[in-house]
Amino acid sequence: MKKNQVPQDDANLLQGKSRDLQYAIGEDGKYTTVKSVGWEPKNVVLQQTWQDINDDLQKIKELVKDEKYSPLYYHMKKHLLNKRMLAKYAGVSVFKVWFHIKPKGFSKLSNKDKEKYKKALNIPQEKDLSDIDS
Amino acid sequence: MKIDFEHKMSAHCENGVIMNLLRHHGINLTEAMVFGIGSGIYFSHIPIIKLNGLPLTSFRPWPGAVFKRATKALGIEIEVKKFRDQTKAMQALDDNLKKEIPTGMVVGVFYLDYFPDAYRFHFNAHNIIATGKENGKYLISDPVMENMETLSYDSLKKVRFAQGMQAPKGKMYYIKSLPEKIDLENAIIKGMKRTIREMVVLPGPVIGARGIKYLSKKVRKYPKKYSPAVASKHLGQVVRMQEEIGTGGAGFRFLFAAFLQEAADVIKVPELNDLSQKMTNVGDMWREFAVNAGRIIKKRNEIETYDNISDLLLNISDKEKEVYIELKDIVNNYSK
Repeated sequence: MKKNQVPQDDANLLQGKSRDLQYAIGEDGKYTTVKSVGWEPKNVVLQQTWQDINDDLQKIKELVKDEKYSPLYYHMKKHLLNKRMLAKYAGVSVFKVWFHIKPKGFSKLSNKDKEKYKKALNIPQEKDLSDIDS
Repeated sequence: MKIDFEHKMSAHCENGVIMNLLRHHGINLTEAMVFGIGSGIYFSHIPIIKLNGLPLTSFRPWPGAVFKRATKALGIEIEVKKFRDQTKAMQALDDNLKKEIPTGMVVGVFYLDYFPDAYRFHFNAHNIIATGKENGKYLISDPVMENMETLSYDSLKKVRFAQGMQAPKGKMYYIKSLPEKIDLENAIIKGMKRTIREMVVLPGPVIGARGIKYLSKKVRKYPKKYSPAVASKHLGQVVRMQEEIGTGGAGFRFLFAAFLQEAADVIKVPELNDLSQKMTNVGDMWREFAVNAGRIIKKRNEIETYDNISDLLLNISDKEKEVYIELKDIVNNYSK
């Protein structure tokens, strides 16, 4: 890849927070670095992954509304966590998570555990854990 | 306090932290040099190991490998600490910063505030350096970010104790001692030898140049084995690993070509320049693979087929193999 061939296909995936460093050959035949805002094929596969994740989340939202699972399950999935990871982050047992991701267990959630989950999931304490729309 | 530290961006985080820590101690090595010495180029396709439910394709050795190999080959002693207690881990970092020691840490990226959202997965082997603490915020040199970043106490604690696969457990490290003189020639040869071993000598079908051939075989079968949606997911995973943030492009192939070019001058073997050129061609082929795969995934046209890109991979495997075989001759005939 020549220096002037380094792609600059912006799909706003880097949100202007940074750029990607690419290695390419300069005019003198020596390798140099060029900063890039993105590349089409790379954007495509990354968007593909998030599309899959968001499709799944929509399905989970329906399951929560149908009371098959609790809102905590949705939060867990949104953070790409599994039960064990959420338990570790929140500092509760896996059994508790298993219980609380069901509507029945969620209704019995203590304030103390609620606090722990919110902290683990970066949800402000004043917000309601059962809010899954924002 | 703030340590006088120059932040230099790199393509890959592991190369970057080594490069920046060494530069802080007055040893100026490029990222490509660190990468080559640490034998950073690699390939494996192991279907039985799954990542996000899809076969794992890897363009780099296991996380931490480049770091370990490069520092060892250069004779640099590293102090590594792991913690059980989160508060103690943060205290140890503060103590280090007070002594003005830039301190590397392994962190997870999912809760890394400053990271672009689309790149935040539960990947727990990212490397950053803390270079100070001001107004309760840690100053962070993250090698894949353009500028210096900051993290709050709570945020840093959270990413240092990220959960899931390869949990970092608060791991931190810093340079303990440096050798009197760095034997760069020797380190380069060492790095090359290991690369040759991994890419063409080690037996088995899944690693190195043979692994690329193996992937080619698998890709050909995707449309017969899976539905179009699932087949394209499999393909997407390969491209994602290849062009992940911080590969320098084409699954590190350009970075390796840059290393070969630089090594040609250091060990005075001009033939390495030709080899670098060949590796660049291989990198361009990997990019072509990504473009064609992207078209299949987006269903842009009917011209690109799984058969076509499978043929391309086969070709890549042959061309890459040639580079390593030639490199082997050069290394075997090399004497100072």
